[in-house]
Amino acid sequence: MSLPPEATAHRTAAADSGVIHNIGYRSYQGPRLGRSYATRSLFVQSLRAAYGLGRSGKSKVLPMLVLGVLGAPALVIVALAILQHSKQLPLDYPQYLSAFSLFVVIFLAAQAPVLMSRDLRHQTVPLYFSRPITRSDYVRAKFGAMVAAMMLLMTVPLVVLYVGSILGGLPFGHNTGHFLYGLVAAALYAVLYSALGLLIAASTPRRGFGVAAIMGVLVVSSIIAGIVFNLSVGSGGQVLDSAQWSAVLSPSTLVDGLVNQIFGLAENPNTTHAPGALGVVVFAAEIAVLVVGSYWLMLSRYRKI
Amino acid sequence: MNVSTVIKTDGLTKRFPRVTALDQLTVEVQPGVVGLVGANGAGKSTLIKILLGLSPATSGTGQVLGLDIATEGPAIRERVGYMPEHDCLPPDVSATEFVVHMARMAGLPAAAARERTADTLRHVGLYEERYRPMGGYSTGMKQRVKLAQALVHDPQLVLLDEPTNGLDPVGRDDMLALIRRVYSDFGISVLVTTHLLGELERTCDHLVVIDGGRLLRSSSTASFTEMTQLLAVEVTDHPTDLAFDADAAVRARLTEAGLSVVPDGSRVLLVEIRDEDTYDTVRDTVADLGLGLVRLEQRRHRVAEIFTSDAPDDATRPDEARPEATGPEATRTDEAREAGGAHDVAAS
Repeated sequence: MSLPPEATAHRTAAADSGVIHNIGYRSYQGPRLGRSYATRSLFVQSLRAAYGLGRSGKSKVLPMLVLGVLGAPALVIVALAILQHSKQLPLDYPQYLSAFSLFVVIFLAAQAPVLMSRDLRHQTVPLYFSRPITRSDYVRAKFGAMVAAMMLLMTVPLVVLYVGSILGGLPFGHNTGHFLYGLVAAALYAVLYSALGLLIAASTPRRGFGVAAIMGVLVVSSIIAGIVFNLSVGSGGQVLDSAQWSAVLSPSTLVDGLVNQIFGLAENPNTTHAPGALGVVVFAAEIAVLVVGSYWLMLSRYRKI
Repeated sequence: MNVSTVIKTDGLTKRFPRVTALDQLTVEVQPGVVGLVGANGAGKSTLIKILLGLSPATSGTGQVLGLDIATEGPAIRERVGYMPEHDCLPPDVSATEFVVHMARMAGLPAAAARERTADTLRHVGLYEERYRPMGGYSTGMKQRVKLAQALVHDPQLVLLDEPTNGLDPVGRDDMLALIRRVYSDFGISVLVTTHLLGELERTCDHLVVIDGGRLLRSSSTASFTEMTQLLAVEVTDHPTDLAFDADAAVRARLTEAGLSVVPDGSRVLLVEIRDEDTYDTVRDTVADLGLGLVRLEQRRHRVAEIFTSDAPDDATRPDEARPEATGPEATRTDEAREAGGAHDVAAS
């Protein structure tokens, strides 16, 4: 980049006199790392933002609190199992996630709007698009960051359970296997929840609306699934496989049911599980449709900005 | 970099379902500070979006820094800075944090991004306050941060959309001086849009005027104003002789003195200012005739008058009123019209 001669002259004069009063404008000759680097940078920044890093102290409170609340019971459970010399954890890895799923939903509801609505609200989105990244790069980075943030959130308690059990002398093989089941469940929750949460957050510049809508969709849907399940059980108290189809009504029961069926974790008919091979196919297909559909809708949402 | 033409468009047209935002726009912009002037809705922001490669043109072609807008959008956006018209700063983040992030988004490695951010914020005049959250900034400070994020990756061209919006007169002057420096000291070409025409006369080397998506005029700022130094003169009637045509007499005497005089309206004469003596000549002439001087004011053709020369609401205006030629030789549609008065569309 060529500078006008006067600018260069200033610079030389300053250097000659040995005193720098005002170093003039310096051009940048270094590398420009382009689109994929910029996308990665946006991913890292968004992941940090999901935990309030690089933002005000206040915004760190909720994500850190949820992380703590989700991790602490794992410590207690592991401690109990060791003290009671149990052969097994009282709560299995995937079950831990479904038992505390409310906190995962709270994290999603609070932080998905941080990633999406803030950029819309403060009209930062056009600034991103005036730089090398494309609209799909933007969605990809945000989605990746949300999935990673959720994954981190759910991996912490699972690791606590696993490391605790191994150190406490619980069976290695069984724990390793079930820890991996837990990770698969966490990945499914992370991907499905992130897709739904970000889509809702991207549809409104108002953070409050985003929070309420995400909570609403996920909590209400699981309540409805619960009601339908109980209605299907009937008065006899006998749980029919057909009642398990109620799980398709809610994202959380969907993942829970699929994981329990695939890994054979449903010990009694009351445990949520996908009914048979058909159930596995339907549940998996529904998750895939929800994820791909939400992602596609997000892409088309940002195509218009 | 040795690009002689910064922006070049050829027959650029953008149609939305209901409106035609740009209509056969052919323009060429050389390095320097270029003003893009137009009323609200004239197509300025649409043009910027197309130049950034963010929105495809319906027809026509264009190049920015020699790169094709249709196919090389990412490469253009790496070399171009953009300052939007609207507010775009998250309030809970500091200026430093924000500009570093934007530098990285432009492809700068982390260390370079931090260094360039410190430099750039200093150049735009932001010091200790850069560590505070931007929510507490004044409009002037926010505009500086917006400019800084457009400059931080050392682009070859910056597109500034209404950078003086919302600033008080002092802030506006500061911003205009800063824009001038972006080219003169930093060597970065500038395309600045505004609907306030007056302020660009001082800042820009070249003006491009668009209206209703069409090019009205593209020429150097000097050619807009050079022949427009005029003196408006209004005199009283003769105190005793009512039949005496005061205007005609003044006009005759001044023409005799070698000045060009044109009547403007019923009572005003427009006298070309040749040098400082013109004022004395006018004063002496009027005094000699025994008349009173009602008005003696300097008047310039404002760039605003370009707007009054074409009815903006007319979609069927004749083709010759729409010059397609570019550069300093562009057809001047308003040449024949003398000063239409201090009729500044933009300032109102």
